[in-house]
Amino acid sequence: MTSVLYDTAGPKARLRYRIYGVIGTIALVAIAAYIVYRMAVTGQFEARKWEFILYEQIQILLLDAWWATVSAFLVAAVLSLLFGLVFAAGRMSDHRWISLPATAVVEFFRAIPLLILIFILYFGLSRGLGLNISTFWALVLGLMLYNGSVLAEIFRGGVRALPKGQSEASYALGMRKTQVMTYVLMPQALRAMLPTIISQLVVVLKDTALGFLILYPELLYQARYLGGQTNLGSPILQVGLVIAVIYIAMCLLLSWLANYLERRTKRSRKVGPLEPTAAPDAEMEIVTAAPGGGAAPRT
Amino acid sequence: MNVLLDNLGLYGSGFLTTIQLFVISAIGSLVWGTVLAAMRVSPVPILRAFGTGYVNTIRNTPLTLVFFFFAFAYPRLDIVRLDFFTLACLSLITYTAAFVCECVRSGINTVPVGQAEAARALGFGFTQTISQIVLPQAIRSVVPPLTNVQIALLKNTTIAAGFSVVEAGGIYQNLSERGYDVFVGLLWVAVGFLILVTPLTVLQRRLEKRWSVTR
Repeated sequence: MTSVLYDTAGPKARLRYRIYGVIGTIALVAIAAYIVYRMAVTGQFEARKWEFILYEQIQILLLDAWWATVSAFLVAAVLSLLFGLVFAAGRMSDHRWISLPATAVVEFFRAIPLLILIFILYFGLSRGLGLNISTFWALVLGLMLYNGSVLAEIFRGGVRALPKGQSEASYALGMRKTQVMTYVLMPQALRAMLPTIISQLVVVLKDTALGFLILYPELLYQARYLGGQTNLGSPILQVGLVIAVIYIAMCLLLSWLANYLERRTKRSRKVGPLEPTAAPDAEMEIVTAAPGGGAAPRT
Repeated sequence: MNVLLDNLGLYGSGFLTTIQLFVISAIGSLVWGTVLAAMRVSPVPILRAFGTGYVNTIRNTPLTLVFFFFAFAYPRLDIVRLDFFTLACLSLITYTAAFVCECVRSGINTVPVGQAEAARALGFGFTQTISQIVLPQAIRSVVPPLTNVQIALLKNTTIAAGFSVVEAGGIYQNLSERGYDVFVGLLWVAVGFLILVTPLTVLQRRLEKRWSVTR
């Protein structure tokens, strides 16, 4: 293996690498063993502390908490995509009185910490202005404002990265600006930016955990609650591990989707610029050739 | 305006703690992240596997959960008693290092293999290749995204407020005890962050424009 940093190893180097490998393995195993040892000494492996998983009520509680997380994520994801589209369009507008405020909004919400935004929406509005807003909406709206602004920049970046000839050709065909945007530029930009957009959705999913800090009853909140139950042996470490597995699995699934899409778009780009129009044709052929026409209507 | 002027001390100490958290975690995450990146590009398979596993796990874990582990689960192991400030720094370092690692690694990967091969052909040793050929080129594509990561870190310090560290994100609690308008108080916190973040953002955009490599 030759990389930027290392030449293909000779016999001496191979021996050295092997020694490093052994030292590294020993170090890593030692650290892991120490953590396991501390867990054993402090009684983290006692059956009592893991029993909570077996109780049906707790399972339902965790399932509810999971749904609280996922529903906040779904609503926030849809809203931030919409917010992003609207403000990306606003920033790219030719009218100054639209583009300037849109720019200000996007830059402002990207610069302040999401948690402060959520605090403003929750504590600020309720205690300061007397508006009652639920923890769910405070979290979702905060996520929408922040991630929507980031997505707006992603959309704008995608449109700007397109070759100029695309819009010039569309204008030459007599399309209006709105038509150029909706029929020509946006579809291409969205397709190119799809992996980045999904990565941003992973961020949305991760940031739903901030709801814990305003006591929105999501996964972490319930983990804290269960971890404090003395009759279960206060299994906060154990519940934490279960929650971590749930979060990591969900995020990995989304990340994996992003990677998959990135590989797909990369592969198709090699075929050439005409490929996007060629692909549906190829698919149509397969569909019509399939006996029985078992193709579901694609909408 | 009164909310800010009456509680200037509160804001001052809050933002001071935020800046302390930021500086310590920034240095820590840069060091640990670089070590991780070195592991990920090293020719030793076990270290590579560890680096990859670490980055993939941490990048898919919410920062709040990392805080949760350090603040609530770590003390259960009875290792060394640490105060909340140190625990917050550790959480931020653990989390941010994964992103630093990815920046550094992808920066090194942008240097064409031919550069190092040419250096080796000229008789450069490992240290010379790294310090005179690879790093000078890699740094151009590492620093702008790294600034972004540090900006995110600065904003992420607010989460420490939820875990008993008295910093800018926690100012509202004191304000509400003292009977001030929390809404206005939080807006001033937002302004404070704008003041802290804007110079970094400007720097990042400048660097990106000036250092964008045309290959």
